Amino acid sequence: MGFILSEDEQMLRDTAMAFARDELPVTHLRELRDRGANGVDPASRAKLAELGFFGVLVPEEYDGVGLGMVAMGQIMEAQGRTIAATPLLQTAVLGASILTLGGSEAQKAEWLPKIASGEATVALALDEGTHHAPLNIATEAERNGQGYTLNGAKRYVTDGHHADLFIIVARTFGEAGQAHGISLFLVPNDASGLSVQALNTVDSHGAAHLHLEDVAVGEDQLIGAVDAGWEILEPALDRGRIALAAEALGSAQAAFDMTLDYLQTRKQFGQLIGSFQSLQHRAAKMFTELELTRSCIAAALSGVDENRNDVAELASLAKARASDLIHLVSNETVQFHGGIGMTDAHDSGLYMKRARVQEALLGGASFHRDRYAKLNGF
Amino acid sequence: MAFDAPEELDAFRTEVRDWLEANCPESMRTPMKDDEIVWGGKREKFKNPDSKVWLERMGEKGWTAPEWPAEYGGGGLSKAQARVLQQEMRRIKARPPLFSFGLWMFGPALLEFGNEEQKKRFIPDIVMGKTRWCQGYSEPGAGSDLAGLQTKCEDKGDHWLINGQKVWTSYADQADWIFCLVRTDKTVKHEGISFLVFDMESEGVEARPIKLISGSSPFCETFFTDVKVPKDQLVGKLNGGWTIAKRLLQFERSSISAGGFGGTGGSGILPPQEYAKQHVGVDETGRVSDGDLRARITDHLMYAKAFGLTVQRSTEQAKAGQEVGHTASIMKYAAAKMNQDKCELLVEALGTDGLGWSGDGFAEDAKKATRGWLRSKGNSIEGGTSEINLNVISKRVLGLREHQ
Repeated sequence: MGFILSEDEQMLRDTAMAFARDELPVTHLRELRDRGANGVDPASRAKLAELGFFGVLVPEEYDGVGLGMVAMGQIMEAQGRTIAATPLLQTAVLGASILTLGGSEAQKAEWLPKIASGEATVALALDEGTHHAPLNIATEAERNGQGYTLNGAKRYVTDGHHADLFIIVARTFGEAGQAHGISLFLVPNDASGLSVQALNTVDSHGAAHLHLEDVAVGEDQLIGAVDAGWEILEPALDRGRIALAAEALGSAQAAFDMTLDYLQTRKQFGQLIGSFQSLQHRAAKMFTELELTRSCIAAALSGVDENRNDVAELASLAKARASDLIHLVSNETVQFHGGIGMTDAHDSGLYMKRARVQEALLGGASFHRDRYAKLNGF
Repeated sequence: MAFDAPEELDAFRTEVRDWLEANCPESMRTPMKDDEIVWGGKREKFKNPDSKVWLERMGEKGWTAPEWPAEYGGGGLSKAQARVLQQEMRRIKARPPLFSFGLWMFGPALLEFGNEEQKKRFIPDIVMGKTRWCQGYSEPGAGSDLAGLQTKCEDKGDHWLINGQKVWTSYADQADWIFCLVRTDKTVKHEGISFLVFDMESEGVEARPIKLISGSSPFCETFFTDVKVPKDQLVGKLNGGWTIAKRLLQFERSSISAGGFGGTGGSGILPPQEYAKQHVGVDETGRVSDGDLRARITDHLMYAKAFGLTVQRSTEQAKAGQEVGHTASIMKYAAAKMNQDKCELLVEALGTDGLGWSGDGFAEDAKKATRGWLRSKGNSIEGGTSEINLNVISKRVLGLREHQ
């Protein structure tokens, strides 16, 4: 298991950290929120594209950078530090992975260069209920003469309110709960019968509900084999989960750093509050959790690149622990800051809000504990 | 030892493999049994005679202490070679030939702080497992506040005279020698402590085992009454013992967190999810039917996995020359929590089968789990309490200040 970054990965990490700090600080998210942008930020997207961040997972033959998940994880961690709203998770991780893993030559040639260049924003439209349940797909794709007709609804699709292209998970066979019979379709945002309901979300990143009413798609819009979408979807979801865990780790680390800073400056009773043992021990416990979880995420990222056979387990480990971690740290961040932590002017609340979204997307701690137990045979 | 070129390491690997093949007895390639662990020393009985052969052979090569200098009987291996040895031993599932506080704690400290004569005198017998050492640190009045220790050491011209009491001395009743912190200056605290070693058979030394809640007695109360210690058995400088003590605690904390814990259960105990499957049952999908217990077991397994990965990460970082200082306190704190959680889950999953004490009415593994659970309560106390480790993390790692 590789825990040491290569020179390229380290350079990318440094670039991403500096970029998040200088170009995507928390004040930038506030500014987007206050002018009602709902997380839509074409200017920043263009800068991210210029740095090549969208193409990290895209092979070089499709104009990508052709690095791996360890590299991508550094970028996700960096954007997590400033809880930045970017389409990287959906486009550069999920979209790029699904197309790379399962797309036809024509699909790859058409979309991967556009993903890598930042020209196309992609959104995976998966969940239909309020909780992540990737097998519970009821959206129907009915075979017709020329292709398929899609009918159904998708909830809380992140970046759904500004995506150019959707990957719709639909059922071509069987019933909700079954892996066999799931198929993946590429659907452009202007497809007839597709309606997008933008959502104002607690983290100010935005999302959308999708309604599909007799959306007609051609055979060439099917990704991979019919009924066998799960074989592409599951490994892609694991990459997304690991990337999101890396993002949450960045947020937790930044919130922790902010708290540590406050402990060393705020005085009460004539003392730095960081000298109070009740706070010291809680800080030390948070730090221990941070270190333990950092190892899980590093292992999961390199596990994908090394093609290990326990990636599913590592992904659930990373996502479950990162979910618990970000709640622990963001809740304590508010508490440690006291009254100021309750104000909108202070950043701690923003981390706590984003934490809820980071946990809910692609499966929370309880989803991944259940999966981990199943993978371990109990 | 600058010969770690790949082809040389490969040659070394072949040499190690052949040697192990020829010298590791068959029964030493089976999982360790609790009562066959070799601690060495004069009282060692070698329940399995092969373990004696194995210790002697490994000791002669210096491979019980692979990285210690060969001039004192150590293996003289480079880090890379020591890793090869470890890998090759793991490959044939070879048992560690020796468990020893001398190897884990005293030896490394002596190599760092001892004089030439002391190293020559003590290190070879540690490597060969001939001397079993115990640690005289805690006292009835000096636990977490270790530097408050009062055991008196007076300079009597041609010898030191020791009077006082130690407690929680691991296996003092089995040990040949003790390394001991004593007070040589009462007017100052940390700067008045010295580090001495002496023979446990010296006149005036008495060790009494302490019975724990688990029924076992791994620790003793140790009394010193007018014990005379030769002058050349002071390690380091007079009143300079605290520096050595702190360094040695780091070795202790890393060896504890590397899996040297009491109460890990010992051999024959299954993981908690297996007991849960057997005793609680599973539903039609194979899930343990008590969802709450299942989730808590999973949470523990994830913690344990995270712990293992963190050990790996810090090993790799150290290898790559990156700063990993102070991980010992983090890992000691985490290891205690991990082991205690596991022990609690084992007893909970066993249900009333986990509530036995002795006799045929309970299975051996279940009784071990019960006693292991009780023993594990010490994990957050021994070798620095969890609270002390959290203090160390806050102050030394996070840089938080002392209360004024």
